[in-house]
Amino acid sequence: MTRLPRALHPAAWWGWATALAVAASRTTNPLLLGLIVSVTAYVAVARRPATPWSRSYVVFLRIGLAAIAIRVTLFTLLGTVPGTHILVTLPEVPLPSWMAGVRLGGPVSLEGVLAALYDGLRLAVILVCVGAANTLTSPRRLLKSLPSALQEAGVAATVALAFAPQAVMSVGRLRSARRLRGRPDTGLRSLRGLAVPVLEGALDRSVDLAAAMDARGFGRRGPTPRRVRRATAALLLGGLVAILASSYALIDDSAPDVLGFPLLLAGGVLAGTGFALGARTGGRSRYRPDPWGAAEWLVVGCGVVAAICVSVAPSGDVFTATSPPTAPTLPLLPLAGFMVALLPAWLAPPLPRPRGSTTTPPTVPVRERWMPADDWVTNR
Amino acid sequence: MIRFEAVSVTYPDATRPVLRDVELDIPEGELCLVVGRTGSGKSTLLRCINGLVPHFTGGRLTGRVSVDGRDTRVFPPRELADTVGFVGQDPLTGFVTDIVEDELAYGMESLGVAPHVMRRRVEETLDLLGLADVRDRPLLSLSAGQQQRVAIGSVLTVHPRVLVLDEPTSALDPAAAEDVLSALTRLVHDLGMTVVLAEHRLERVVQYADRVVFVPGQGRPIESGPPAELLAHTPVAPPVVELGRLAGWSPLPLSVRDARRAAGPLRARLAGATPPTRSSGRRSSVAEMRGVTAAYGDVLALRGVDLTVHRGEVLAVMGRNGAGKSTLLSVLAGLRQPSAGVVSVVGAPTHDRPARDVIRRVGLVPHEPTDLLWAQSVDVECAEADKDARVESGRTRRVLAELAPEVDGDMHPRDLSEGQRLSLALAIVLASAPPLVLLDEPTRGLDYPAKHRLVGILRDLTSRDHGVVLATHDVELAAELADRIVVMAEGEVVADGPAGEVAVASPVFAPQVAKVLAPLPWLTVGEVAAAIAG
Repeated sequence: MTRLPRALHPAAWWGWATALAVAASRTTNPLLLGLIVSVTAYVAVARRPATPWSRSYVVFLRIGLAAIAIRVTLFTLLGTVPGTHILVTLPEVPLPSWMAGVRLGGPVSLEGVLAALYDGLRLAVILVCVGAANTLTSPRRLLKSLPSALQEAGVAATVALAFAPQAVMSVGRLRSARRLRGRPDTGLRSLRGLAVPVLEGALDRSVDLAAAMDARGFGRRGPTPRRVRRATAALLLGGLVAILASSYALIDDSAPDVLGFPLLLAGGVLAGTGFALGARTGGRSRYRPDPWGAAEWLVVGCGVVAAICVSVAPSGDVFTATSPPTAPTLPLLPLAGFMVALLPAWLAPPLPRPRGSTTTPPTVPVRERWMPADDWVTNR
Repeated sequence: MIRFEAVSVTYPDATRPVLRDVELDIPEGELCLVVGRTGSGKSTLLRCINGLVPHFTGGRLTGRVSVDGRDTRVFPPRELADTVGFVGQDPLTGFVTDIVEDELAYGMESLGVAPHVMRRRVEETLDLLGLADVRDRPLLSLSAGQQQRVAIGSVLTVHPRVLVLDEPTSALDPAAAEDVLSALTRLVHDLGMTVVLAEHRLERVVQYADRVVFVPGQGRPIESGPPAELLAHTPVAPPVVELGRLAGWSPLPLSVRDARRAAGPLRARLAGATPPTRSSGRRSSVAEMRGVTAAYGDVLALRGVDLTVHRGEVLAVMGRNGAGKSTLLSVLAGLRQPSAGVVSVVGAPTHDRPARDVIRRVGLVPHEPTDLLWAQSVDVECAEADKDARVESGRTRRVLAELAPEVDGDMHPRDLSEGQRLSLALAIVLASAPPLVLLDEPTRGLDYPAKHRLVGILRDLTSRDHGVVLATHDVELAAELADRIVVMAEGEVVADGPAGEVAVASPVFAPQVAKVLAPLPWLTVGEVAAAIAG
């Protein structure tokens, strides 16, 4: 079977990554969590496009490691988990009586450290899943393929995403301007002086942008009657709130069951009706939408299989006991699930080559400024 | 097509209207050029056409503006988006997406154009504006000319009947400006589109215009008519028209071609005379660059540049967008460290030296003079500058009073006109009296009178032995001011010589007067006037 090179639908990658994140949230077994990291890393390397954001995997990995470190450090200092295996006893800082229940220092138990480590690891792996999705497809492309009822919200989000790089550019220019006025351009004091001009510049730009967007038809009503627009908005809002509430209930074990899947279903139906109504009457269209084909179903399916395998596995296998400390086991069912989740590395179609050349895309200096944007990084 | 009936516009908090009783009728298929001084209300006039004034800006509009029979009081800008395409001054602030193709399609998506039609129009527009090679590039990675063409293309794809552009070529080098303007004339001629544009650099546009609308400002009545008639008496006029007025040609020539055909007698009369020499001999140098290379990542912005700047001379650095002009200035000012080579200003390097010492030797007015300004009022700004430069208090304010006497000390720097802001930034830089003054593209947004004043200021600096380097796209400014011109390309110096020789030798960088009088080496109307009188 020969497959045409094409970029996979961004929602497929996000679906796959979300399913793996769900799987990660339902286990504290370090072996399984490590497995998820390997799976996402392999797939991300195999199918990442040559774009600036395709390096974000490493960034998220670092944030994850930081999360583990913070979690374990905080526990060691403030931990209150009782345990029999005391690793070390830190000097305890006496606290005033109104802070009863908080302890600073004191004995550190192996049970507590392990629990903190596994919890931090779980958070880190969820972050890594987000990083993998970011690497495989840009969040902007995902916003582009939002249902038409949400497209304008998507445009607003796209614009907001552009704020950070623009602010970075302004900071670079203003730091040079400080130097041109004979003030030091490093240090904390210089940063304080930058905040106001950067925000002023951003405000000016956003007013200009709003005018440009208005002039280009953003927020156009078109021929849709007001009643239909209101109904669409109400359906969407209700549906999305229901989905949000139900996903919270699904993650939190103590929530009543009725808030879980039934509410999710109801929310899905509401939002779906809203989307359908919006698509029929929205008056917007979409340029070159990403197709959703068999490959997309397969990729999402692989992720879902892994999530289900972890969810139905006996809890003794996926939750490694910390009190008393036991060695983690490698349960077969989740292992099989993750092997399936690895398949998108081959199932996803190959990526098209960048146009024009086989080498890296051209990096011609951005429109010439007296102080180009990336300069603040190199100039530090 | 576009009809203004007794239109007056008053902004909130303003005491008098920007536009008063405007009567204007622009028929279909015309290229209409709006001229006037900075702050005269050109932009307001343009923004009335698609309803941004008053729907977006606020303020009070009386009278009636209608486009294609639709009243802008009833239709806000977004509902007029299918009729009027609007391109603002800075293309970057108007971009909604981040890839060329998506940007071209965005307007059509808002209007709900069918997908197959969108696809076809995007392909057509890519070809029409010569953007096919960059279709999947990020917008930020394009050159300024390409960005401006994308901005125009992004409104063209919705097939508007009217295209409104606010200073479409002000940030572009001469060649890129030609590209954009020829694309516009093609739209007018081939598609019958009505185009309304405002522009300060008339020399680039006036020959293509079917009609000129002159906005005198301060609420005085606007004038509209054929270019040759109107420009005979307006205070803003391109050099070729000024030359025509001087020589008494009738009808007034608008293009170099027309002027050359009328210029035979003038050339004969000037044949014996020689223009005044500019370079006043070799003086001591104020700055030296030897083998300077600077890189952004793996892209070389400067390659082995050798350059000497002398005291008392104005050096104009020219070249297309991205040729390395701005990098050259930032290396001289010590903002960038060269990756190889030696830079010395008044005998010492500028990078890695304390900023307060560097500003005593070299001052740079950046591309956006606003970047230098961050106080809440002009007076506070000046006081801060005195402290920064460690000079006696009141010095900056005195310099500013010489440059722009009318500036009110209580005003917020952002409320000043472009020219006044430039003067304020220049005053701050000059407070510490650096022997080397650098200006990056100083004439963007400046009208002819403001430019004349800038020329006077810089001439005065050189007479006091400062060295001045300016990076500019403005060939007329370089002709007026420069003693020496350096042309850069791909980070290298490709030409370096007296202004007369370099400007006349190159068809791209030659000022209009030089083109009209070639092969005679005259550069400005002022020189010709002096020769005729004397």
